[in-house]
Order: sequence, then structure tokens, then C-alpha cells
Amino acid sequence: MYTQGLNQGPDAADRRIEDAALLQRFQERIDAEERIEPNDWMPEAYRRTLVRQISQHAHSEIIGMQPEGNWITRAPSLRRKAALLAKVQDECGHGLYLYAAAETLGVAREEMVEQLLAGKAKYSSIFNYPTLTWADIGAIGWLVDGAAIMNQIPLCRCSYGPYARAMIRVCKEESFHQRQGYEIMLTLCRGNGAQKEMAQDALNRWWWPCLMMFGPPDAASQHTDTSTRWKIKRFTNDELRQKFIDATVPQAHFLGLTVPDPDLRFDEATGHWAHGAIDWEEFRQVVAGNGPCNAQRMERRRRTEEDGAWVRDAARAFAEKEKSRHRAAA
Amino acid sequence: MTEPAASEPKVPLWEVFIRARNGLAHKHVGSLHAADATLALQAARDLYTRRGEGLSIWVVPSAAITASDPAEKGMMFEPTASKVYRHPTFYEIPDEVGHM
Amino acid sequence: MTSIRLAETPLLTYVLRRADDALVLGHRLSEWCGKAPLMEEEMALANMGLDLIGQARALYTYAGEVEAKGHDEDALAYLRDERAYRNLLLVEQPNGDFALTMVRQLLYAAFADPYWRAMMASRDATLAAIAAKAEKETAYHLRHSAEWVVRLGDGTAESHARIVRALEKLWPFTGELFETDDVEREMIAAGIAVDPAALRDTWRGTVSAVLARATLTMPEDGWMQSGGRGGRHSEHLGHLLAELQSMQRTIPGATW
Repeated sequence: MYTQGLNQGPDAADRRIEDAALLQRFQERIDAEERIEPNDWMPEAYRRTLVRQISQHAHSEIIGMQPEGNWITRAPSLRRKAALLAKVQDECGHGLYLYAAAETLGVAREEMVEQLLAGKAKYSSIFNYPTLTWADIGAIGWLVDGAAIMNQIPLCRCSYGPYARAMIRVCKEESFHQRQGYEIMLTLCRGNGAQKEMAQDALNRWWWPCLMMFGPPDAASQHTDTSTRWKIKRFTNDELRQKFIDATVPQAHFLGLTVPDPDLRFDEATGHWAHGAIDWEEFRQVVAGNGPCNAQRMERRRRTEEDGAWVRDAARAFAEKEKSRHRAAA
Repeated sequence: MTEPAASEPKVPLWEVFIRARNGLAHKHVGSLHAADATLALQAARDLYTRRGEGLSIWVVPSAAITASDPAEKGMMFEPTASKVYRHPTFYEIPDEVGHM
Repeated sequence: MTSIRLAETPLLTYVLRRADDALVLGHRLSEWCGKAPLMEEEMALANMGLDLIGQARALYTYAGEVEAKGHDEDALAYLRDERAYRNLLLVEQPNGDFALTMVRQLLYAAFADPYWRAMMASRDATLAAIAAKAEKETAYHLRHSAEWVVRLGDGTAESHARIVRALEKLWPFTGELFETDDVEREMIAAGIAVDPAALRDTWRGTVSAVLARATLTMPEDGWMQSGGRGGRHSEHLGHLLAELQSMQRTIPGATW
């Protein structure tokens, strides 16, 4: 990005000295809802937090292409096939917008991708679950994208300008994703017995992993405090999870499906749906690399990068030849 | 960030500007990676105009952009604040004169 | 679900041939999703795939109207067997590496672009309208694949070798692009279709210009494979259709 020259100038080290006055001035700007732009002074921890969060978000989009991509060639109608291909393509596009936003913080996409491939960077735990039937494509659109939207809408007001702008674009484009998924579920639920069974089975498998997408409960979350103070995050994990449940349970009822939580009940006093205990051990295991598809997802991404190396080499070699041809002609 | 482990040289970064419709200026929409200008233009088309967002695209090597330094914001942009006489509201014209 | 059988008239066969070309090639491109050599190229491959699937849908819908037996786009795409598919052998060839996919795209688009442009003057108003849309899309596919073929040809020794192999492999499937049979001749005589043989020079000119930029030589025309238009395919199509049609065949008669 055009900011790198400034960010990595000879006095970069001096600039990183975070004296209290700068820090206070920075916090005042955040409190006044000013946006922080790439070249602005920012605490090193703010930059680190953003790089981690934005790159994880980008990796999730790229890895997230796999479970849905698994059904593009088997989509049951041409309309569904086109919509799914366009959706998975959007996910790649969103990954690219997000990598571009992270690059404004002085880290190259190649570095972020290498961190992912080296297993040093995380991506959303949800994409480590398999898509076993066509109904999973409906469930992902409805639930996974529904959960993602809950998370992403507040990010459109994130204090870091390039991230907020990328999220505005992402949210605008993603509005069709959840509807696409819900429409698939609705069609299955109005279909024959086998289709309805498929829909219920998908909800049974995706419900709990979707609740885990919002991250650990607030009491156990490491990053929430500073992220909130810096207005990178505007709602806590538990708040977003509750919003998601409140929005989704009536949608499940409309489909005639049963949410796989025997403890789920509407609490008249709070006006919220109360849910049963989430299996955080499962979440920890999936994040630690032990989900059903972690190894498969990473292997596939590594192989794609390796298989494409000769193409990228060729493009670079051609660009070099063209440059020298232009120089020779000049 | 740590240095990349080794391997592949980086693919150049390009900034993308799109004219949404005639009558509007090209606006910065984001960036992408491409080995050369032709590929960058095609990638910009495929990445940033999937929903009819544009009628014209510019791609510019990111390295070709010279940016002002925010640390010099005071020197660069604040002196103009006191030049109120550049704005029409600085001048008092009686209401009877009408719109001017 | 058991396959549907169609009483094919020349017009129906003619439309199905174009629809099958578009669907099979669109499906092949969709197989790239998540596997492209650069993330930027994911976007391009999916866009081309979506264009072709869109063309297929319009053509199948029209074929259904021509047949007038209540078969919609999905019945025609999902419930015809391999032997009833009428696409070119070229488009069903497996993706191979990126070089093969780009050469396949170039060889097809260099033909389809002038073909659709000429079809804009078809006496059949529906086909003329489909052609007008397809022509713009195909022109871009031609541009995109040509730029890649140039870069791979004039890139590294490895990319050059790969593109040479791809050309050798696919060249025997290019003769079929220009074939005419009774169906085509009847449609040409009626002013509905254009004569593909008349586009051969244009196609050769386009391809040879790209290959020259790519530091490649045009392969010699040798024995040409044929049969796709009559439903005699390579072994690859059956696998493609088994995957494409699996849901419709597993749960027959359902709405999706």
C-alpha cells in the first residue's frame, strides 16, 4: 500500500516510542469517533491487534470457500449452482478486500498467507466442519452468514478506516448470502420427507458450532477489553451471540425445524431466548487444530499455493521481460 | 511481523480507482496484486466491478503514489484555516441586495 | 430419476448443442473454485464460469420452449444422459493444469466470439438476443485467456513447456468447432444459424496472433477427434455428469 514508505521510514523506530501524550491524544480521537487512517500515529498494540484480527478475518473468507465449494459441482439446479458459485466467489473477493485493508498496516499479503500456511494464524473455527449434504449449503448461508453479519455490521463503524470501509463493502455484498441460504432451507422444508430430514440434520450439526463462532464467553475472552476501548469491537462475544440466537430461533420455527437445544426457552423477563450450555471443550479442540477438517483445509490451501507457484513465476518472468523490452526500445 | 520465511518474491501491489458513472471522478476503491498492468486491470474488473459498480477503471502501481505525512498535518493543512476571506460568508452584503 | 427422452427436431438439437457447450465448459471452470493459482484469478475463473452457466440457462430455457413438452432448464441439464449431450469434445476435456484450462478457453472463445457476433443477425429473435449477450461475455473470455497464454508461453521454461503440452493435447479437438452436419446445414439454410466453417480463417487468425505473441508455433492440423455433436463423447463427460446430476438423480422429482 502507498503507506508503507512512510510506515517503514528511517525514523520508524523512533515513531514507535509510545509516549503518553501521543497515546492520550490517540484515545481522544477514538473517543470522538474519529477514524484512524493508515499513516496516522497509532499504538503498536493497536496495529498488532488489527493486523491479527483483519488477517484472521481474511483467512476465514479464503478457507471458508472450501466447505461451500465442495457443493458447487453438485448443486441440484442451475439457479442454485450459479448463486453458490457467485457466493463463494464473493468470499474470495472479501478475503482480498480484507488482505488489502491489512496491508495498509504495513504487512504484505504474502506474509499473512505464509503465516496461515505455517499454521501460525487462525481462521474461523466454523470452517473446520464438513459439508455432508446439500442442506449444509442452506445451513451455512442461513446460520454461518447470519452469525458473520451480526459480527460484521458493527465492524463497519470500526475505528480503523480501511477496515471499516472494507466491511461496508463486504456487508453490502453479503446481504444476498444469508437470504440465499434461508431460501434453500425453506425449499427443503417445503419439499419431500427426505429433503426435510436433510434440513433438520443440517441444523442439528451446524447450530452449536455457529454459537461458538462468536468466540469464548466474555468472562474468558482475552482481547475484548482493549478492543472495545479502541472501538475495534463494539459488542462483546456474548452480546452478539445473544442477538444471533434471538434473531435465528424464530426463523427456525418458521421453517418448522427444531433447534437442537433441549434447554432453549424464551425468557419473558429479559425478552431473550435462553440457551443451554455450549461445549467449550469442543471449541478449544477445533481451534487447537483437532476439528474434523482442520488438516484437510490446510492441506488443500497449501497445495493450491504450491500448484500455482509456476503460474506466478511465469507472470513475474513475463513482466520482467516486458520491462526490459520497453527499456531496450526506449 | 516477522520476515517471510523465504521463497517467492512479492507480486506488485496496485491501487484501483473506479468511475461509477460518467460525470463522477474516479474514486479509490482498494488494492490488489498483479504481475503487470494488463493483469491488474483485468483483476480490478473481476474483483471490484462484479455488481455494475463501474464504467471506467484506473490501476496505479502503489509504489508510484507519494503520500503526505500525517505528522506534518499541522504544517500542511492548518494554515488554511485562518484564511476565512476565501469563503463567501466572510463578506457582509445587506439582505436587500438579494442573492449573490 | 429416469432420464428424459426428447424427440429432437433440428432446431432443438441445434439449441441443445450450444447449451451443452456452455454448461459443460462453465462446469469445468467452476471446478477451479478454491484452486486458482492466484486469488485474483479465482475471481476471473468464477466470472467466466458464471457467464457460461448463464448462457446455458438461457439456451436450455429456449430449448424447453422449442420442445414444448414442459421441460425446463433443469430437466434438460440434469436428466439427459451422456449420450444425449451434444457438446464439443473440447469443452469436456478435464481442467488439467492452469495452462490447459487457459488454452482450452482460448481455443473455444476464439471461435465462440465471432460465432455469437455473427449469430446476432440470426432470423431467430431469441437466439439473436442470447448471442448479443454471449458475444460480450465471450469477447472478455478471449481477452483474458489470450493474456494468460501469452504470459505462460513467454514466461519461464516450465510455463512454456506446459503450454506447449496443452496445445498439443487440445489441438485434435479443434476440428470439431467447424463441423457441419444435416442439422447445422438446415439451420444455416433457414438463416437461423451461421456456418461455422466460414469462421475458420478468423479463428486461425486470432489463435495464431496470440500464439505468436506467446512465442509459440501453431500446431499442424493432423487427425481431428469428432463425435460430441452426435453424443459420442470422451470418457470424461460421464464423470462430469455423474457429479453434476447427482442430487436430481438421488432424490428424484424434488424441488430445489
